[in-house]
Amino acid sequence: MEKMYKKITTPLTDEAIRDLKAGDLVYISGFIYTARDAAHKRLVELLKESKELPFDIKGAVIYYVGPTPPKPSRIIGSAGPTTSSRMDAYAPLLIEKGLKGMIGKGGRSPMVKESMVKYGAVYFIATGGAGALLSKHIKSSEVIAYEDLGPEAIRKLYVEDFPAIVANDIYGNDLIEEGKKRYKISSL
Amino acid sequence: MFKKEISEDQIIFAVRKLFLEAVTELPEDVCEAFEESLKIEESLMGRSVIEQLLKNKDIAKEESLALCQDTGFAVVFIEWGSDVYFRGKSIYEAVNEGVRRAYSEGYFRKSIVNDPVFDRKNTNDNTPCILHLEMVNGDKVKITVAPKGGGSENMSAIKMLKPADGLDGIKSFVLETVEKAGGNPCPPIIVGIGIGGTFEKCALLSKKALLRKLGESNPDPRYAELEKLLLIEINKLGIGPMGLGGRVTALAVNIEYFPCHIASLPVAVNIQCNSARHKEVIL
Repeated sequence: MEKMYKKITTPLTDEAIRDLKAGDLVYISGFIYTARDAAHKRLVELLKESKELPFDIKGAVIYYVGPTPPKPSRIIGSAGPTTSSRMDAYAPLLIEKGLKGMIGKGGRSPMVKESMVKYGAVYFIATGGAGALLSKHIKSSEVIAYEDLGPEAIRKLYVEDFPAIVANDIYGNDLIEEGKKRYKISSL
Repeated sequence: MFKKEISEDQIIFAVRKLFLEAVTELPEDVCEAFEESLKIEESLMGRSVIEQLLKNKDIAKEESLALCQDTGFAVVFIEWGSDVYFRGKSIYEAVNEGVRRAYSEGYFRKSIVNDPVFDRKNTNDNTPCILHLEMVNGDKVKITVAPKGGGSENMSAIKMLKPADGLDGIKSFVLETVEKAGGNPCPPIIVGIGIGGTFEKCALLSKKALLRKLGESNPDPRYAELEKLLLIEINKLGIGPMGLGGRVTALAVNIEYFPCHIASLPVAVNIQCNSARHKEVIL
């Protein structure tokens, strides 16, 4: 099982994502940024006002997560993905500005998928409901913006071998659509 | 004459303990259903998801860590025996205090905002809870807690069908709802279905259906048959674990029904994510 995983590091380069295909199992290592609905709203407002973002968006990977608070001895609490479609309204602009990867769960809108193909970005799905397990792959965590949003603040995480699956690649392949088609059984 | 007395503190303590356990320990029947699902899941990715979920519940239990970062809306059911006297100010406040303590002590996420439209400001203690308080006969108090995640709750739906829509109408509404939800509610899911009653009763039935032990059917053989049939049809959709394609989209379909108006056929579908957390105690 282990050798089937492709190891990738952030920030993601165009070259690295050319190699990623929908259905690939990956281990992500490096810095990634957390953001949910409320943080996305603020990021997009900043971009629309041509203001600087709190982190470098070029090659960045955003993880859609609102972790539980860490216990005193821990780096972070439980930290699994949240539903990505709530970020669909904001994602295309971020992709246009250089965002290369998103980690979440569930499908994306046609607009987000188009942006991924047009500007070169990939969408990863991680296992929702496995927040305790996934937190083990997070080695450091620091709130870098919007502390007032609590669980929705932007955190800079250092991850090691974070397990995910490529759901949408830059070639327009869509694992969710293909997977469903492959396993669908028509009723009589 | 009351046969028994239960104090505010007993309620606070019981609710606190139930949430601390429910959020970190996956019920045994759900664990077994995961193991069973590995026997039928053909998709490699689907299997890897289920294997991760099995590892996850072990880590969560060992380290008293939340199974999922969405530690949910604190839903509480209380069946209060009419022979029991409550000593204290408010049962509702006692339950909220139990929730407050559990979410603080357990380092659980506080996911409740004070106002749905205008303020959306976090209440910072995960209160208020949703309390369903029911008076029953006897001298016992049964408390069930069910922390409910937002992702799967968002994919739930209710429809007021016409009586003429009948069984076919019910089937297509359920399948439509599950198909539309896709991978969003973190499959493998449990599908709670309420049929009958009024609008709000029907929704409540669908939530109560989620509390039933997996593997147990509705006692009415006709509804048990419908549960079985819907489970097969749902798993034919091919959505699979986390929506990546596969044989196991749902672990169970549980139906609860109630008499309804001559003009109505309400159907509610409450979707439960794979982190199917609930725990009960009888005082």
